[in-house]
Amino acid sequence: MFDFSALDLARIQFGFTISFHIIFPAITIGLAAYLAVLEGLWLWKKDDTYLDLYHFWSKIFAVNFAMGVVSGLVMAYQFGTNWSFYSQFAGSITGPLLAYEVLTAFFLEAGFLGVMLFGWNKVGRGLHFFATVMVALGTMVSATWILASNSWMQTPQGHEVVNGVVVPADWIAIIFNPSFPYRLAHMVTAAMLSTALFVAASGAWHLLRAKRTPAVKRMFSMALWMVLFTAPLQMVIGDAHGINTLKHQPAKIAAVEGHWHNEPGAGVPLILFGIPDMQAETTRYKVEIPRLGSLILTHSWDGQIPGLKEFAPDDRPNSTIVFWCFRIMVGLGSLMALLGLFSTWKRWRGGLYDSPILARFALWMGPSGLIAILAGWYVTEIGRQPWVVYGLMRTKDAVSNHSAMTLSIGLVVLVGMYIVIFGMGIAYMLRLVAQGPQAHAEGALEHTPALNQRPARPLSAVDATLPNLSNDT
Amino acid sequence: MGIDLPLIWFLIIGFGIMMYVIMDGFDLGIGILFPFIRDRDERDTMVNTVAPVWDGNETWLVLGGAGLMAAFPKVYSILLSALYVPAMCFLVGLIWRGVSFEFRFKADAAHKPFWDRAFMVGSYVAAFFQGAMLGAFIHGHHVVNGAATSGVMDWLSPFSVMTGIGVVVAYALLGTTWLILKTEGALQQRVIRATRPLLLATVAVITAVSIWTPLSHPAIAQRWFSLPNLLFFAPVPFLVGLSTFAILRSLRQAPYAGPFVWSLVLVFLGFSGLVISIWPNILPPTMSIWDAAAPPQSQGFALVGALFIIPIILAYTAWSYYVFRGKVKVGEGYH
Repeated sequence: MFDFSALDLARIQFGFTISFHIIFPAITIGLAAYLAVLEGLWLWKKDDTYLDLYHFWSKIFAVNFAMGVVSGLVMAYQFGTNWSFYSQFAGSITGPLLAYEVLTAFFLEAGFLGVMLFGWNKVGRGLHFFATVMVALGTMVSATWILASNSWMQTPQGHEVVNGVVVPADWIAIIFNPSFPYRLAHMVTAAMLSTALFVAASGAWHLLRAKRTPAVKRMFSMALWMVLFTAPLQMVIGDAHGINTLKHQPAKIAAVEGHWHNEPGAGVPLILFGIPDMQAETTRYKVEIPRLGSLILTHSWDGQIPGLKEFAPDDRPNSTIVFWCFRIMVGLGSLMALLGLFSTWKRWRGGLYDSPILARFALWMGPSGLIAILAGWYVTEIGRQPWVVYGLMRTKDAVSNHSAMTLSIGLVVLVGMYIVIFGMGIAYMLRLVAQGPQAHAEGALEHTPALNQRPARPLSAVDATLPNLSNDT
Repeated sequence: MGIDLPLIWFLIIGFGIMMYVIMDGFDLGIGILFPFIRDRDERDTMVNTVAPVWDGNETWLVLGGAGLMAAFPKVYSILLSALYVPAMCFLVGLIWRGVSFEFRFKADAAHKPFWDRAFMVGSYVAAFFQGAMLGAFIHGHHVVNGAATSGVMDWLSPFSVMTGIGVVVAYALLGTTWLILKTEGALQQRVIRATRPLLLATVAVITAVSIWTPLSHPAIAQRWFSLPNLLFFAPVPFLVGLSTFAILRSLRQAPYAGPFVWSLVLVFLGFSGLVISIWPNILPPTMSIWDAAAPPQSQGFALVGALFIIPIILAYTAWSYYVFRGKVKVGEGYH
């Protein structure tokens, strides 16, 4: 048997459910913005290819939104079931921020999502476009509340601790805490980039099957433009986020770099690869470039950053995991930038849609954005350990008093259910992607159920059948 | 400040839970009735009566969870942690039901029975564990060092099993009376026949809880049976009897909205009875809404958003029920 403590299991359970969850909001944020752009371009250029793409992606958006709502339901209660002492300690801050997120999401759903999905023949074009833009804005407002809450846990300020409980003193300071702008920019850009990669892969899949319709070409091209610009932008934001982290959470950066101690007066090398060993307090088998660490993190030739040995063993995050998650994120990010450059070269040579190598590359990069998001979140969350609220409360003091047995059973049930449900949901989305954009979809809209009777649920905007379950009976 | 924030939040959360119980109650009831209605077209009709509104119904649950954490973090954390097992079972049931609700529309004919079963089981699990949590909540939790002293399975007692079954039965009653309102023909006749035994079972559970709780909790007995409280609260049992009688009467001649409206009254009375029993505690037997309240800075900040958004959600909800008013015929659906 695995030898997990109750604390490990509570963390695995939370990590598992939130990892599943984050995929959907990330695509929601990206697709909502993409849909707003498509509709805007359609209104401006009067080119129906944009409208065909809008109808195609709005169905996938609807399924994705529904999956996000369902997977979010568990999150709303897990702070209480698994992190009881955290909720008592900091619920006065996390609670209102999460409540605002929920209220924003409902406001969105009640006000604009219905018009966006079912209102085509009900409202004028301008009003419909307004609804789409509001949904896109709303998803970002939702993200803002969540990231304010998470960033406060990373770099808390604007509170007092009274009788062992956090009391908010200044909400502006709490929301605009030092790491919040960087984390918000990094996450929203990540959502855009992941969505662009997903759209590019969908286009590539159709191109490889010789389905070279104007709509397929258009989405492939738009997505690769997006990758070209956002992948390098994300690197700049990531660098700034890293320097901000060095200032506020130096132990996290030391763990990211696998950096244990400084030689007097010497610059910090950049360790490309290696295996940080927490017991031996060293990074084994390392391949390093001298002084590059100093250059990146301090923008100077021999600047130094704190090493892990400067922190008590109990205050060190697990460098082995954080080191590798960070390299997965950065490695994928570099491949994304490469994809953007390669596509531009092909575009310049006039062969954007004719290169099987480019199409395969784009296809394989389809999930890379989401994997990079997960890896990045593991860096920032595992890198915050052993703290749940940095410097204020340790994770071991935050966890509810459940036995390992209780948590194991809960974990097994959740994992089983999530794999069936969200496996099914993701398969369903991929089936919709495989159907491809239909030309002149405005005629097809007439058959959309619930058109003449809104409101309706997001999923009812889609009428394709589910993929078959292989072993359900 | 002269505003009693904890009281306002207690009312908001109480209202949210009440909305949830009433609204998700009848759509969970549809799933609970599935074993008794085997015909495919009739099942589709039943599901179609709630299709346009069910996910809106669940928004109140998420709002309740987030509101509780914002306004009463102590209750949120202590209660959910103490009720870890039933809370997880409840959420799992609810997710199964929600997803199978959608997937049964999308599945091909060969796989529909699978999602039908998932929908049914999910509805039973979600309803039963809601009731069991309610029972364990009334039974009370003793708090030492920020955690309930109860063990992981202490929520399970004859009383909580009874409240669990009680909620299943009450939701089935809301389900049949909702279907009386929304359907016609053979299906309507069938649910009319099912309503009477469900009503009697619901009233039996309400009666049992009303006798059981004062007997095992002297404080609750004191609340109800001392003067002048007895006079103030006497209308509650009286109205329970009245609404039971009204439902029975309306079932006799071509019923329409009557049974559903009176069933809502019945559930509302049961809910008020519980609030009377535990007030002013939000975590019985000792933690009051003022003991459990988040700092005023938190409650006030969250209140601004709640007062702005909740009326919008209410208006939208009312409008969607208005849009989808009227009977749903067999073979006709929105999905």
